[in-house]
Amino acid sequence: METLSHIVFWFFAVLTVGSAVVVVFHRRIIYSAFALLFTFFGVAALYVFLAADFLAASQVLIYVGGILTLIIFGVFLTAKITTLDIPQQTHQRYVALIPLVFLGAGLFVLFLTTPWTHSQPPGGPTTAALGRLLLTRYLVPFELASILLLAALVGAMRLARYYRSRED
Amino acid sequence: MHSLTVYLCISLALFVLGLLAMMTRKNAISVLMGIELILNSAGLNFVAFSRFATGNLDGQGAAVFVIIVAAAEAAVALAVFLNLYRLKATTEVDKASELRG
Repeated sequence: METLSHIVFWFFAVLTVGSAVVVVFHRRIIYSAFALLFTFFGVAALYVFLAADFLAASQVLIYVGGILTLIIFGVFLTAKITTLDIPQQTHQRYVALIPLVFLGAGLFVLFLTTPWTHSQPPGGPTTAALGRLLLTRYLVPFELASILLLAALVGAMRLARYYRSRED
Repeated sequence: MHSLTVYLCISLALFVLGLLAMMTRKNAISVLMGIELILNSAGLNFVAFSRFATGNLDGQGAAVFVIIVAAAEAAVALAVFLNLYRLKATTEVDKASELRG
């Protein structure tokens, strides 16, 4: 049982990072967008391993169902669609690698050398506790998030429709 | 079962890849994908620390807000890109260097 869960964990870890590599390096933007789907699913599976069941479900619903759909719509609406081969270009690739290698290596060494304190409480359903937390300690950020979402909704509609209504 | 370090390394990989996408991609939507990768790595970090280090749900609460802000940001960013495409017939970030429309 333990080895099985190890195998599943490493499968999802490799899936997450591997599809993120495809997102960053693939030449066709649609392939990048679909690889992003697997990254989001992989992160949702890692949330399950971290005993965050509510977050895993909302990750799938919001990221896969919402954000990824938006991104794919965005790709199709901002390209002249003839085939699925919508190419994309990169620039300053090697210059960008230098600071990132240093940053990644530095943080990696930091992670390995820091003595982390490990306390692992038993996992269980988190939805009720999370809801209670959102309506007590995080009430003000929660309400602000609603206002943010409303503002984003109205702003996105206004921005996306502006020029079309002017042409009419 | 799995240590905190493993999760931190996965999240580090996502962060570095997202940053690389932001720095090297020309298409604005690919840059947005890089930003989504970074936000995911931040959420993963929050949840991992919530599980292993603090032992309460505060980190998961923060991850909920990360997801909310990511949704709002993606909607507004794509609306801006649609407008940019209508104005300049391109979504390359380098071409959008003027503030005046």
